[in-house]
Amino acid sequence: MTLITTTLPAPEAPHYRPSGVMKSEWTKIRSVRSTTWTILVTVVLTIGIGIIATATEANRWAHSAPLDKLTFDPTNLSLTGILLGQLAIGILGVLAISAEYGTGTIRSSLAAIPNRKMFLAAKAGVFAAVALVVGEIVSFGAFFIGQMLISGGAPHATLAQGGVLRAVAGGGLYLAVLGLLALGLGTIIRHTAGAIAAFVGMLLILPLLTPALPQSFQNAIGKFEPASIGNAMTSTNAASIHGSTVPFSPWVGMAILAGYAAIALAIGGYRMVRRDA
Amino acid sequence: MIEVTGITKRYGETVAVDDLSFEVKPGQITGFLGPNGAGKSTTMRMIMGLDMPDAGETKVNGIPYQGLAWPLREVGALLEAKAIHPGRSARNHLWQLAQTNDIPHSRVDEVLDVVGLSSVANKRAGTFSLGMGQRLGIAAALLGDPSVLLFDEPINGLDPEGIRWVRNLLKGLGREGRTVFVSSHLMSEMALTADHLVVIGRGRLIAEMPVAEFIAQSSQQFVRVRTPQANLFKDALSSTGATVVQEEDGALSVSGVSADLIGDIAFEQRLTLHELSPQLASLEEAFMELTQDSVDYRGEGGFSADPALAPTYATADAGTKVSNQ
Repeated sequence: MTLITTTLPAPEAPHYRPSGVMKSEWTKIRSVRSTTWTILVTVVLTIGIGIIATATEANRWAHSAPLDKLTFDPTNLSLTGILLGQLAIGILGVLAISAEYGTGTIRSSLAAIPNRKMFLAAKAGVFAAVALVVGEIVSFGAFFIGQMLISGGAPHATLAQGGVLRAVAGGGLYLAVLGLLALGLGTIIRHTAGAIAAFVGMLLILPLLTPALPQSFQNAIGKFEPASIGNAMTSTNAASIHGSTVPFSPWVGMAILAGYAAIALAIGGYRMVRRDA
Repeated sequence: MIEVTGITKRYGETVAVDDLSFEVKPGQITGFLGPNGAGKSTTMRMIMGLDMPDAGETKVNGIPYQGLAWPLREVGALLEAKAIHPGRSARNHLWQLAQTNDIPHSRVDEVLDVVGLSSVANKRAGTFSLGMGQRLGIAAALLGDPSVLLFDEPINGLDPEGIRWVRNLLKGLGREGRTVFVSSHLMSEMALTADHLVVIGRGRLIAEMPVAEFIAQSSQQFVRVRTPQANLFKDALSSTGATVVQEEDGALSVSGVSADLIGDIAFEQRLTLHELSPQLASLEEAFMELTQDSVDYRGEGGFSADPALAPTYATADAGTKVSNQ
């Protein structure tokens, strides 16, 4: 039998380090099919819904009311699909950590990297990079394809116009930050189904409940919802935002969303450090 | 070298590990025995820094696990079967672990070869049998060429050939001077594999000693006597304080006195002997004898229903012990 004595090259650093952990996380995320599928679904939903939304606008434009024509925001219209794409990227974020708990690989991960803060930070960093690249690709993809499809005399947007680049790039950033929030929820809850339910509930169910509140509360609470922050970010024209909610300005909203993600990751990290694996 | 000093672990009201201390030395295989639920896996997780003890501390090579500079290069562990993402290939599973500790990719192929998984290295681990999953777990433990190895029930799910393979692997690792700590509930397996034993029950240390000494200490040693004058022999022996049990085939199982003394008595009393044979207790029986109190106290004697724990030879005495539980 072959035995095991070997001469491993000595490591270059005195101690395990974030760069190795990040390489490992990159191997993990690219080596499972669920990553391919969730990214594919993100692309199909975000760009596909954008195609449908922009293509149908051609038929409507001629019959639109003057006020609608005035507030028409072709950028925001082409990014409509982010509303659904955000669900897929959130599932990718949840799975990045919940799959470790579900399969038991969290134990081998934490045995290899006893510093749990370093482990979670590296995981969040690699996931954020992947989610940002995916988010920007789908956001710019939906924008360019959508602008090509808007016809029938409706105005088109270009990146040179005021606020458009911010809206499109911000749409991708919104997806990445929301994915980090989902990763944080997954770290807190540890179970795939539970964390996805919490994430979807936060995104889709909460906005359905706010109309039950008194009018004055609706605005105060509604502007804190992630979807409202995302809509503000992807709009070039404040008047195009429908409903009674007056949202935060794009970057204030983004800072609040980043705060949510940071809080979720901090709570998850605290639990990870304090609790048994 | 593994040092466990006074560790206690509670889950709510339940004390899983209770002020447990022992040492695991290099260059030999140390078996970690205990009935199911005795706290073996919990103890191993605490050594690996995965679970935090409520009291006490554990050290590996003199350092708490959290302080190891390159954990996988110092400690390798197989903690649970198939703790692998089912969608990830065997090679990628090992590669992502290797990367955390700056272990080169060539080592991944090396350990895949050692455990015999090279031909399925790119298959998704979800398609693996339990035995292949165990082999992958063992490959992960060997990845960093560590001096300390922990295996929790490594032969679970393996076929006889696989069991023999693990046994040889463990012995080889011990011969190479490594610290090898193996838990098992299969006593017969430990008799063949381990040099040293740490026995726990209900989270407490019951015994820590060489395997040979563990068996010798058992009160289950007895002498088998066959004689046509069984009743006369019983009377003669009763004066010595020996315990005599007559078995179904008519032979006597005598414990508490040596075979020499029984032979002397037979000669003095002019009794005919057809057989006089000292019987060594098997490891299973020694183990059951030692852990019986802790098991009975919990009211869960389920481990004895395992056919693998059945005595290797039938005696009336051991037979009733097993069936009574």
